[in-house]
Amino acid sequence: MAKQSAEYKAVARKDMTYRQWIWKEMKRNWVAYLLILPYVLIFTAFTILPVLLSVVLSFTNFNMLQIPDIVWLDNYINLFFADDIFLTACTNTLIFAGIVGPASYLMSFLVAWFINELSPKVRAIVTLIFYAPSISGQVYLIWGTLFSADSYGWVNSFLMETGIKTEPIAFFKDADYVMPLCIIVALWTSLGTSFLSFIAGLQGVDRSMYEAGAVDGVKNRWQELWYITLPSMKPQLMFGAIMAITGAFGFGGIVTALCGFPSVDYAGHTIMHHLEDYGGQRYETGYASAIATVLFLIMILANMLVKKIISKVGS
Amino acid sequence: MARLRTRKHKVVLSRSVGGDAGITVILVLLGIFMVLPMVYVISQSLKPLDELWMYPPRFLAQSPTIDNYRDLFTLMNDSWVPFSRYIFNTVFNSVVGTLGHLFIASMCAYALAKIKFPGGKFIFSTIRTSLMFHSTVTSITSFILMSALNMIDTYWAVIVPAWGYTLGLYLMKQFMDTHVPDTVLESARLDGASELRTYWTIAMPMVKPAWLTLIIYSFQSLWNAGSSIYIYSEQLKSFNYAIGQITAGGIKRAGASAAATVLMMLVPILMFVITQSNIVETMGSSGMKD
Repeated sequence: MAKQSAEYKAVARKDMTYRQWIWKEMKRNWVAYLLILPYVLIFTAFTILPVLLSVVLSFTNFNMLQIPDIVWLDNYINLFFADDIFLTACTNTLIFAGIVGPASYLMSFLVAWFINELSPKVRAIVTLIFYAPSISGQVYLIWGTLFSADSYGWVNSFLMETGIKTEPIAFFKDADYVMPLCIIVALWTSLGTSFLSFIAGLQGVDRSMYEAGAVDGVKNRWQELWYITLPSMKPQLMFGAIMAITGAFGFGGIVTALCGFPSVDYAGHTIMHHLEDYGGQRYETGYASAIATVLFLIMILANMLVKKIISKVGS
Repeated sequence: MARLRTRKHKVVLSRSVGGDAGITVILVLLGIFMVLPMVYVISQSLKPLDELWMYPPRFLAQSPTIDNYRDLFTLMNDSWVPFSRYIFNTVFNSVVGTLGHLFIASMCAYALAKIKFPGGKFIFSTIRTSLMFHSTVTSITSFILMSALNMIDTYWAVIVPAWGYTLGLYLMKQFMDTHVPDTVLESARLDGASELRTYWTIAMPMVKPAWLTLIIYSFQSLWNAGSSIYIYSEQLKSFNYAIGQITAGGIKRAGASAAATVLMMLVPILMFVITQSNIVETMGSSGMKD
């Protein structure tokens, strides 16, 4: 360590400029660049370049066949002023993410907090029960069977047996039910990475802090939660939030699988579906790129906003 | 000043009975909500045909059978692309994708966590930012880039992007930050060990929980991958896609499709059961400071 800090003080050396010093450091650490090279190449090719490319293409009318023309802001103007379905998609996405994101975050945290004081074996079992739906692939399709449109569906037969309804409801083909049901299914699959991160974060809080808190007059578990637990697991809260937000914007697949594409009256149509429609089916790549760029900005903004909120926790 | 309760000189944290009861009730209700659909899919897979179409439907199978599992294998043998091919595709993608990801990401994570070099912080914060958006954003333009690289409709279209999976790198780097002491690396370097050697023989054995987490995450996402917009050929499609085709075969196949779903979900669930404590340990260092 001593050797390293001595070298880093060398920034202030008089015999070389900052640039020369950087170059020297780069040459000294050439192995580091070698080690990161494969990952950075792949990351650049499949994450950075696609993002940049979609920003660039969003100003053109590229359609995969002809040489594109630059159309400046036409795509964006069409999106926001001429494309009614896009506005529906925006509303749906915001409702969807606005409910699923916070709800899944709260549920992940509450469950993790509730099970924190259980014995390790019981905790492991409960963790599995809550985590399993998020890793089980397409198991959510079972909701389609439970809420099946005919009277053989379990929910419909229950409603008819008890006399609440006389006719079966076509749940996933009825614009009134599409959103609420998809939100429930999305929530069901949403106790994923953030949930595990919270469990670990809670386990990591030093028990002596709680004892010190009790001595200092913390009266109950709620005060303990606010004054001790939450502030000491802020890093996990932050990471969990990012995972929850990104997840909340990524549930388009569930809607497509359960309601078909496009969903009835566009009731479950999200920005993601709009993107798939124009990019994957109509090959209007320029227009699709504008949609992708808007979606990208919405996600980044949502994350920034939430980061701000979480930094205020416990203060 | 609150009364301080102690037992054997240890502070007993105050927990009200009402709070305990309330929490238990909520936990049980949420637990039922989580577990019922899972039970139902297993129950569906065990129902004989007449029970699948019984009115009123029963939640649990009355006379469970494994007929649906047998049907599934018959259906598999009848498909024009042999089912073994779909299974091979999924296993091949999962294994090659996961192994490549493990080495490429951990190498990069080691350099970012344990070597100070110009640009390292910037590269890491860029990678971290990419956790903030979903990969759908890049799907269309990735398609263009992949066709430029001639990767469309090959295994590589699925495997190579999986090597660059961001969450795995992030978790590995965070774990190395806290679990590989600089002093140990420093003394190895003084003894003349190269960076590649310290990475492989000193750092990597210290972060086994992170390895497992990386493997599980990457394997899960590749195993559960359905149809991809980058793959057209029937011969290259995944097992999950083929199961989707069975499900799409209509009501006659409801039982077989439930059986397929159960088989598919067993693999990731079993892997998680085995590695759970390691994954939770890795998550302990997942936090973001700023």
